[in-house]
Amino acid sequence: MQQTRGKTIGITLFILLLLTPIYWLLNMSFKTNKEILGGLTLWPQEFTFDNYIVIFTDPSWYNGYINSMMYVSMNVVITLLVALPAAYAFSRYKFLGDKHLFFWLLSNRMAPPAVFLLPFFQLYSSIGLFDTHIAVALAHCLFNVPLAVWILEGFMSGVPREYDEMAYIDGYSFPKFFVKIFLPMIRSGIGVTAFFAFMFSWVELLLARTLTSVDAQPIGAIMTRTIGASGIDWGVLAAAGVLTIIPGLLVIWFVRNHVATGFALGRV
Amino acid sequence: MQKTPNNKAWFLVLPVFLLVAFSALVPLMTVVNYSVQDIFGPGQGFFVGTEWFKEVLSDERLQNSLVRQFLFSGAVLLIQIPLGIGVALMMPKSGIKSSVCLILLAIPLLIPWNVVGTIWQIFARGDIGLFGWSLNALGFEYNYTRNTLDAWLTVLLMDVWHWTPLVALLCYSGLRAIPEAFYQAAEIDRASKWAVFRYIQLPRLKSVLIIAFLLRFMDSFMIYTEPFVLTGGGPGSSTTFLSQTLTTMAIGQFDLGRSAAFSLIYFLIVLLISWLFFTAITHADKEK
Repeated sequence: MQQTRGKTIGITLFILLLLTPIYWLLNMSFKTNKEILGGLTLWPQEFTFDNYIVIFTDPSWYNGYINSMMYVSMNVVITLLVALPAAYAFSRYKFLGDKHLFFWLLSNRMAPPAVFLLPFFQLYSSIGLFDTHIAVALAHCLFNVPLAVWILEGFMSGVPREYDEMAYIDGYSFPKFFVKIFLPMIRSGIGVTAFFAFMFSWVELLLARTLTSVDAQPIGAIMTRTIGASGIDWGVLAAAGVLTIIPGLLVIWFVRNHVATGFALGRV
Repeated sequence: MQKTPNNKAWFLVLPVFLLVAFSALVPLMTVVNYSVQDIFGPGQGFFVGTEWFKEVLSDERLQNSLVRQFLFSGAVLLIQIPLGIGVALMMPKSGIKSSVCLILLAIPLLIPWNVVGTIWQIFARGDIGLFGWSLNALGFEYNYTRNTLDAWLTVLLMDVWHWTPLVALLCYSGLRAIPEAFYQAAEIDRASKWAVFRYIQLPRLKSVLIIAFLLRFMDSFMIYTEPFVLTGGGPGSSTTFLSQTLTTMAIGQFDLGRSAAFSLIYFLIVLLISWLFFTAITHADKEK
């Protein structure tokens, strides 16, 4: 199939439309509030970094980013650690209740977070984890672990059984085989899984906000503070928004070549 | 792949089972427990059976938000699936151009949902937003905080902006999995573009489209943060979807029994529709 001119124009146009709202946010983050409210300008007339300086010098702002990064990375690590062996079991063995277990796992991906809001709050409060990073990380496992098992199972099923058997004949123990031989073979699968775990944990706010108050508050919750007595501080709000996009960009850059494969398995 | 029966595999699954049981079963049981009781305070509740369920099902506010939810999810699917397929068909096949496309398309997916709301809140405003300002300048009476239709269109547009890339990326990877030989054969047969799409590309896209459909249905059915930030559910309650209704009830009014019953019904609807769809598809597969 040839890439025709019409297609190129079409895709360029779509991506431009996609980027316009983001450009508008970026544009606004470099403006002073006076300019923002003064009238519509297509690019900053008085270019300023003040909005970013506010965020980088105020601990209550930048701690939000640190908190978010902390629970997101915890979540990715926990998700991978528990999902890897489980996905292996699902891809290699038949066992009592395997199909039901698999569907039950997936059904948790379908549960609206709003349903679990109150019980989560009470559960984590009662075991003294309220307002900690680990509470949010565990709560996000609810939808990330099933997803991870699903994606990884697909990648693992692509590895022929013969590898397992050969390793046993060569005298590898199971843990040694799993870490030394098997995991390197599904590298890209692990990358894709980590990407999706990162993504869904990073973008979620409802649970993260409910389970924290001060010490582990995510950046999304802190952003609502820009609404002060003097109205909304648009510039700082825009700058904070721009900064939340950057970690995602970095992550997608690292896994860009694997993501298409991950999608191709039909598992997201 | 041939799978060997081995019940010891349970040991490998155990960590996942315990973790998900902790974060899903315990809360779910709490919800079930609340849904059959009337609770005045800690330890003060009495069994009311199915009262809450009856009340919730006849609550007009909930029925309205359920209808809105179905309308919204339906519209989302109707727009995003065809648009996503279209975008995927237009993407370059390989090389640096396709990498750039992939990354640019993925950007909206990686923005925290409250920021998505914020972006559109700003972008659609009549005074400081490019979109709202342009519409007003063109002579349209556009104000998403006052006019119900405008609010709806803005929420819908925001969701299309946010999630169409996911459908497009899924379809793109599905398209890439089609061997080049198929296209060559089609060329020899002088197949029209439509025939290529209808008989080669579309059937091959089936599995990714199922995933796209399921994901978009589930996620649009649970939408909360984006419209909450953008319109706050207004004007009136015209863009208040199920999750927001539930959250207001549970956290705002602390109405435990009613919101628990509502939660269960909500969860069951999602499960039921996903399950129906899933079985319908797998049955169709088996018949082939």
